[in-house]
Amino acid sequence: MGEIKLMKGNEAIAEAFIRAGVDGYFGYPITPQSEIIEYLMSEEPHKRTGMVVLQAESEVAAINMVYGAACTGKKTVTTSSSPGVSLMQEGLSYIAGSEVPCVVVNVVRGGPGLGTIQPSQADYFQSTKGGGHGDYHLIVLAPSSVQEMVDFVPWAFDLAYKYRNPVMIQSDGVIGQMMEKVELFEQMPRLTNQEIKDKYDDWALTGRTPGREHNVITSLDLVPERQEKFNHKLEAKYKIIEQTEVKYEKIMCDDADYIFVAYGSSSRICQKSIAIAREQGLKVGLFRPITLYPFPYKEIMEMVPQLKGVLTVEMSLGQMVEDVRLATEFKVPVEHYGRVGGMIPTPEEIVDALKTKIIGG
Amino acid sequence: MTEEIIIAGFGGQGVLSMGKILAYSGIMQDQEVSWMPSYGPEMRGGTANVTVIVSDQRISSPILTVFDTAIILNQQSMDKFEKAVKPGGLLLYDDNGIIRHPERKDINICMISAANVAAALGNTKIANMVVLGAFLKVKPIVKFENVIKGLKKSLPERHHHMIPINEEAISKGMEEVKYINQL
Amino acid sequence: MAELKLEDIIKEENKVFSKTPLFTDKPLSYCPGCGHGVAHRLVLEVIEEMNITDNVIGVAPVGCSVLSYEFMNIDMAEAAHGRATAMATGIKRVYPEKFVFTYQGDGDLAAIGTGETIHTCNRGENIVIIFINNGIYGMTGGQMAPTTIPAMKTSTSPYGRDTQMMGNPLKMTELVAQLDGTCFVARHAVHTPVLVRKTKKAIRKAFEYQKAKKGTAFVEIVSNCNSGWKLTPLQSIKWLEDNMLPYYNLGTLKEDPLD
Repeated sequence: MGEIKLMKGNEAIAEAFIRAGVDGYFGYPITPQSEIIEYLMSEEPHKRTGMVVLQAESEVAAINMVYGAACTGKKTVTTSSSPGVSLMQEGLSYIAGSEVPCVVVNVVRGGPGLGTIQPSQADYFQSTKGGGHGDYHLIVLAPSSVQEMVDFVPWAFDLAYKYRNPVMIQSDGVIGQMMEKVELFEQMPRLTNQEIKDKYDDWALTGRTPGREHNVITSLDLVPERQEKFNHKLEAKYKIIEQTEVKYEKIMCDDADYIFVAYGSSSRICQKSIAIAREQGLKVGLFRPITLYPFPYKEIMEMVPQLKGVLTVEMSLGQMVEDVRLATEFKVPVEHYGRVGGMIPTPEEIVDALKTKIIGG
Repeated sequence: MTEEIIIAGFGGQGVLSMGKILAYSGIMQDQEVSWMPSYGPEMRGGTANVTVIVSDQRISSPILTVFDTAIILNQQSMDKFEKAVKPGGLLLYDDNGIIRHPERKDINICMISAANVAAALGNTKIANMVVLGAFLKVKPIVKFENVIKGLKKSLPERHHHMIPINEEAISKGMEEVKYINQL
Repeated sequence: MAELKLEDIIKEENKVFSKTPLFTDKPLSYCPGCGHGVAHRLVLEVIEEMNITDNVIGVAPVGCSVLSYEFMNIDMAEAAHGRATAMATGIKRVYPEKFVFTYQGDGDLAAIGTGETIHTCNRGENIVIIFINNGIYGMTGGQMAPTTIPAMKTSTSPYGRDTQMMGNPLKMTELVAQLDGTCFVARHAVHTPVLVRKTKKAIRKAFEYQKAKKGTAFVEIVSNCNSGWKLTPLQSIKWLEDNMLPYYNLGTLKEDPLD
């Protein structure tokens, strides 16, 4: 059993970076996730594992530092919150477009614009539908507890390297700021330069190894035929991701007439709502997408025959609800309930919304 | 067992650290815990509150509107959270600065003059530990020894010399707490 | 006089120049007369001569030299517009044993990437920055650059750069020389053989500073853009000497001890 601690989500994920053998963190402070870089700076990971931590001059610089460092095959990560992640979209598009693995954490706050520093889930579209320009996807993981903030870090890196694709861990201000009991995994070693060369010499910038062609990391191809072929290559990769990497959790769904579909902190609140609803005799369950991209379309569709209605609960004006409607093909009523602007829905409100929007609707 | 608690007062009264010690104490006896603060501008001089849940099971929502226990350290929080205590639940408050005392009859109400007790102990900063002691007397959800372990875990080492006085404050809180309304 | 035959001329003892080995076989995409080819060659010759080919990672910009990674037979990354020094920072930080350089034009380094350039230099990232300044946006068809000199005509300053309206040219090299993080800052040119040799020396020096871990080494090369300037190559060199060099003086602006 690993070390057990009481930690904030932000601190826990920072500790997980160190323990996952990350080589480089580049970031810019922004509420509500500044504890991540603060924790890293105070832990001095260069002394613990040799991990580099650098405070960049902007999120734009940070994501491009990540891009550079990740080009070398080294494990690289950045973290930010919504306005900062908007600034990173250009870099993310380049990283996806040159098939470089890295991990980006978004501790979402309310928008648009400067919005609020309070929690939100209104970056769903940005995270799952592209965000930056061009045809690409991030793999998006949505932790709902401090424990998952930790456990998703090695998983995110596994996916990033397996598919050579940027992976986003989409958290929010609730999980970032909340403390929970967490079990930390044992320190994983950082790869040596030789190990990186052995594993990734077919693409990574490790210095031109004698005997091989020079490696180039670029997202540019001015020949349309070749660029089209490359786009199709990405498409094929995303297909495989969609077929093999979907993760979700079902809670009390077996006998459910109604389900909430919610991820992240909203899914936690919905668990309380289920308890309240069931006390009132309503058979309600929770379907929690853990991967937001790839989205569990098929798995939600499979539940449709047993359902009388679906309520998606998000801290947004309704983003994921569009995917749930696609998944259910409008064969069952699907409505959205959300609070925005940094307001957090209460368990009771959600039960009321189920009654007024679905059951009574 | 699941105990859902809100602790609310002014920033600087040790609301958050009291919650943290309570949460750590829960971990020391293998329970699940969550600690969810209000954060943001509210922190800076305004009211501060934290929801702490200690449970034998996986914790569902860290965000709640009704609570088994409300621990209240200022008037604003009294106005806000008196009504948030579940019927049959507990409202514990420090009467220092309270001008309108709680009136509900369907809950247990306890009072501790924590600021005064702490002042008598010679350290006003430990008023929050007096309150914690009062709470644990009424609802012994964590064992005293685990609170001390939790204290050790949550205090930085350079403050470990403060553990005895914190221990004393908890004990004093246990002695001094009074029922105002007992169901 | 006997007739000269080709096979008599092509002999090892007559050879005065050969292709820089670190060039790929891809034909350069630069306009005839442009200074980029020479600048590329100098960077590659220095890498060759320092015997660091297996140990160097370059970062290409957006601009005319966006495809420089196709010509330079070394590991290279292609950055987003203006972000080359941020990328180089990332590479160097996780791979301090590698030689890292950026190769950037004026739009990339001094307009969209000004922030990254200044902060990289100010942190003293241990990299080499090669800055090609031709006072114009060549790739996109001759628009005004941050380094376009007063009264110079471009497609977005068709009546000449009006500094009242369009602001003043930015002397990045003077600017970064002020920063504590830079160890070697110089401005050179490549339009005469003598200047080419001086530039090569400066580039070599810049890499030596990196080897000695002294901080950011910054070499500006004032170059011509005959296409963008709408001049013949020869006219463009004269224009450069008459107009650019009085504004952008050549020389070493900063030279910390190299030990």
